Amino acid sequence: MDINTIKSQFPIFSKKINGKPLTYLDSSNSSQKPIGVINSLDFFYKNEFSNIGRSIHSLAVNATNKFEETRMSVKNFINASHKEEIIFTKNATEAINLVATTFGQQNIKKGDEILITELEHHSNYVPWHYLRETRGAIIKFAPINDDGDIIIEELKNLITSKTKIIAVTHLSNVTGTIVPIKEIVEIARKKNIPVLVDGCQSTPHIKVDVKDLDCDFYAISCHKVYGPTGVGILYAKKKWLEKLPPYIGGGGMISEVKKDKISYAPLPEKYEAGTMPTAEVVAFCESIKFIKSIGIENIVKHEKEVTNYALDKLKKINSVNIVGNPKNKAGVISFTIKGIHPHDISTIVDEEGVAIRAGHHCCQILHERLGLTATARASIGIYNSKEDIDVLCESIEKCRKVFELK
Amino acid sequence: MDVKQLYQDIILEHGKSPQNFGKLDGYSHEAKGYNPLCGDQVQIYLKLNNEKKVENLTFEGSGCAISIASTSIMTELVKGKSFISAKSIINAFLSMIKNKTEIRLKDLDEDQKIKMMSLSGVKQYPMRVKCATLAWHTLTSAMEGKKQQVNTETVDI
Repeated sequence: MDINTIKSQFPIFSKKINGKPLTYLDSSNSSQKPIGVINSLDFFYKNEFSNIGRSIHSLAVNATNKFEETRMSVKNFINASHKEEIIFTKNATEAINLVATTFGQQNIKKGDEILITELEHHSNYVPWHYLRETRGAIIKFAPINDDGDIIIEELKNLITSKTKIIAVTHLSNVTGTIVPIKEIVEIARKKNIPVLVDGCQSTPHIKVDVKDLDCDFYAISCHKVYGPTGVGILYAKKKWLEKLPPYIGGGGMISEVKKDKISYAPLPEKYEAGTMPTAEVVAFCESIKFIKSIGIENIVKHEKEVTNYALDKLKKINSVNIVGNPKNKAGVISFTIKGIHPHDISTIVDEEGVAIRAGHHCCQILHERLGLTATARASIGIYNSKEDIDVLCESIEKCRKVFELK
Repeated sequence: MDVKQLYQDIILEHGKSPQNFGKLDGYSHEAKGYNPLCGDQVQIYLKLNNEKKVENLTFEGSGCAISIASTSIMTELVKGKSFISAKSIINAFLSMIKNKTEIRLKDLDEDQKIKMMSLSGVKQYPMRVKCATLAWHTLTSAMEGKKQQVNTETVDI
């Protein structure tokens, strides 16, 4: 696999940042976009734009078909059973809110328990916190060990007869921990508890097969999967989508509207009220094509290589400390440098064209657990090479020089 | 711009070994500041005497080099000043960060002006401005006896 050929599909890498070539190591935050996706947006707006599902003119028919093509493509990509199980949302955050709200309305009463973990991004905690505020739910956190792995035994012990749902990330955006979802789902199945998986970090980097995972809900952020912003996906087992109440009300999600009653549209429209990000959904089809053209197995292999190279090299730099050491780690590397705050690191490496993230990465619970207020994070995408890691390490040496570290 | 213009020696020194660090015994005013974007926290302790003079001023907190240095330098510049003079130093600092670089203040000597100016490089780094201004807003809040924590997302700069 030739990384330069892949990289050349991303126009942004021809740009200079602060006079230097861009070394983009912030893909956990958002990925860059391949030309196929950019061209699709451009082509759709220039040649094919229409709103979907409403009008019967030719443009509308074509736009609707294209929109549904993406749904079909997502269904196949994550191996869902039915295309009605794929709901387009604004982002993954909205996907999780959709579940928390509708599931909460139907199933959560005072004293019921929601089990999440210490690894969770704020977007897989705050929506459940609303149920704590509005319905008196109790939120429990399955603990992690110092390596950043969820302690499965403890998770098991936290399950009670009041546990109504388990919500857990597939891949930590701080430690890079790949969570054993199948194992958690098996535990939950025995107690008949549904499982929601936050798949924001996993979808672009590891194989996602919802049938194999057997989870009830799976949230995806398309802009992290080399796709456009403004689109998220909720996968949910059909039985849930049929059973749960609708979320946002409005046009497109109704079947019949009378003064005294309203009936709702069948799936998936029931959950897709209002005008959707049509061009973006259509363009996301190109993201899946892009990933398929490389092959997820090749992506995993390449990113593993770059990650291991980065870990080896970073560990050799004096005063660099890698956050977490999970059993199964993807290309998310958070680190600290003794004597330099992560924000200072980020500013200095930016001068060298290196884009990393600094802060708590929307994981304050996790940072508190690890005794940290902030970390610097380098996260790897398919376009990153070992050379990018070399540039990162050189720029870290520059930080050490500016701060006169020994 | 060279990053060294931001991380001048004077900033690195204050960042590494901040002045007036620690809780102040017998303080009369205090305030907390928080930057939710990065989690930086600062707590300012202030002792105003009967003539409304800043008799002593210390801080506790965690943050980046810019934020610690800015807080440390602030305590040095404001300590011993009258209430009014302290206010005009704060205003001069904030307007330096916002637009003007020149500082016309009779309350500061040349050496102190240089210290304040050492923070002006932050202007070139919009994402870092709040690192530098957090402590100064928090000091204002302490002086005005406000109860609510200062949050960088709800102040002007």
